[in-house]
Amino acid sequence: MNDARWLAERHRLRWWEALPWAAGIAAFFLFPNYLAFGTQLLITILFALSLDLVLGYAGIVTLGHAAFFGAGAYTVGILAQHFGWNEPLSGLAAAGLVAAAIGLASGLVLLRTHGLTLLMVTLCTMTLLEQAANMGAQWTGGFDGMPGLSFGKILGVFSFDVLYFRTQYLYALAVLFLCFLFMRMLVHSSFGQSLTGIRENVLRMHAVGAPVRRRLVIAYTLSAALAGIAGGLFTQATGYVNLAALGLERAAGVLIILILGGYGRMYGAFVGAIAYLVLEHLLAKVYPTAWQLGIGLTLIVVALYARNGILGLAERARQRA
Amino acid sequence: MTAILETRGVYKSFGALEVAREVNFRLERGARHALIGPNGAGKTTFLNLLTGFLAPSRGSVLLDGDDVTALPQAKRVKRGIARTFQINQLFRGLTVLENVCIAVSERLGVAGNMWRAAGRRTDVLDEAMRLITMLKLAHQAGRRVSELPYGQQRLVEIAIALGLAPRVLLLDEPAAGIPSAESHILLDAIAGLPGDIAVLIIEHDMDLVFRFASRITVLVSGAVYAEGTPPQIAANRDVRAIYLGGALDA
Repeated sequence: MNDARWLAERHRLRWWEALPWAAGIAAFFLFPNYLAFGTQLLITILFALSLDLVLGYAGIVTLGHAAFFGAGAYTVGILAQHFGWNEPLSGLAAAGLVAAAIGLASGLVLLRTHGLTLLMVTLCTMTLLEQAANMGAQWTGGFDGMPGLSFGKILGVFSFDVLYFRTQYLYALAVLFLCFLFMRMLVHSSFGQSLTGIRENVLRMHAVGAPVRRRLVIAYTLSAALAGIAGGLFTQATGYVNLAALGLERAAGVLIILILGGYGRMYGAFVGAIAYLVLEHLLAKVYPTAWQLGIGLTLIVVALYARNGILGLAERARQRA
Repeated sequence: MTAILETRGVYKSFGALEVAREVNFRLERGARHALIGPNGAGKTTFLNLLTGFLAPSRGSVLLDGDDVTALPQAKRVKRGIARTFQINQLFRGLTVLENVCIAVSERLGVAGNMWRAAGRRTDVLDEAMRLITMLKLAHQAGRRVSELPYGQQRLVEIAIALGLAPRVLLLDEPAAGIPSAESHILLDAIAGLPGDIAVLIIEHDMDLVFRFASRITVLVSGAVYAEGTPPQIAANRDVRAIYLGGALDA
């Protein structure tokens, strides 16, 4: 009966789960000059987390997740630029809703496919959005994007800190924390368990009477909302948005982060984002012109010897010990 | 009395290939019924027609007297038809307990719930654990399915199906691929299935068939060739010639 207890206790919070958040707060005081970088890191973690829900838990292989990041980023930008809607929290909510709507609409169509076809149609969906952002210049600023956006005070109290990113950092940390709690509840719920069932064996899920497509579309929509919030945060924190928000480079980057950290584990997003950004930083120092080569080689090593990423390696080491 | 599961004139073809030819079949309540026939006779296809995985070209499938021919697989599962697979279809990366919990939550209608932790569903956990214990897998409940010996994986196949609390259980070659040293585990499990569930078993192992079944249907080229009690089937010269060969004499 020990085994039943393991499943019955998996959703409970453990002491070490406080560590990332303690580290996040400590970093605020320890590295005051790196908070802009820290804010980017937090936003990247949130984006990777959203991808983990669909890729790691539901097994939806997508190469177009930046579509939702970009949808959120542009929603916040367009609202601020054209409608004078500068209030940050409602802007984030709008970003999440717009991204969710796009996720729902596209999910209903593209989740009829799987495998390579799915990979291609997610990529196409993102490219369509990218082209729309490029061509709708009077709304989106086209190729140049929308620079110099400004936003109101958070909760009417905390103004954005253009120089040191102090407010942005804590804001991003708080939003990430809330989104993480939501995601954590989701993956430990019966719904989350059924997503892992779909990932492991779709045929059997049909045979136990599960509404497979509905579950996938719901997961895809929720994931899109989280990615949209990450994109909205990006625009608010940096004060600009451009086409880089929804390109293939961003979509591939977040995929690499999740593979590097380990997918289907939630914390893989944290570990992967830190590892990727640190790696990028170090490689850029040593080989300023060819740092991406290093990322590529790392990825090959991970794919060959550590299929479950850094966290997978850690789990294996712990099992041996 | 109506049969729990019945087909009337079920016909299915893939192009020129007729895989089910006007099959009239009755599965009685609580029956222990075996479906045998040579390879390619259409046994698994017939099972797929019963579950709704395939739709017949014509004819009808009745569950407890109700026509369910137009119902999709998921709806038939809700009405009490569960199956296992000839080749394992398990959630290999998950534990035995999770495998069964997935089926139980689906049946209890809680599988779409996002707010409550799966680990707090004591109703689901207890029911899954009860089934796992019944199949003598309790000591393996927390193991990943992929780490289990093959024979025990076959038992998980059955446990998932039982998690759906079926009225009709369709077993597609449950003993397939099990080394003979382990096959008694499976025989015991099948013999121990609750008596109120009607069981239809497709099986090549004649030992198992004759020990288990009180009724046997022989399918040849998509059509019912013979049907009867085990002694009747064993005595049927044509059946022996076509299919059983020397199996009964062994």
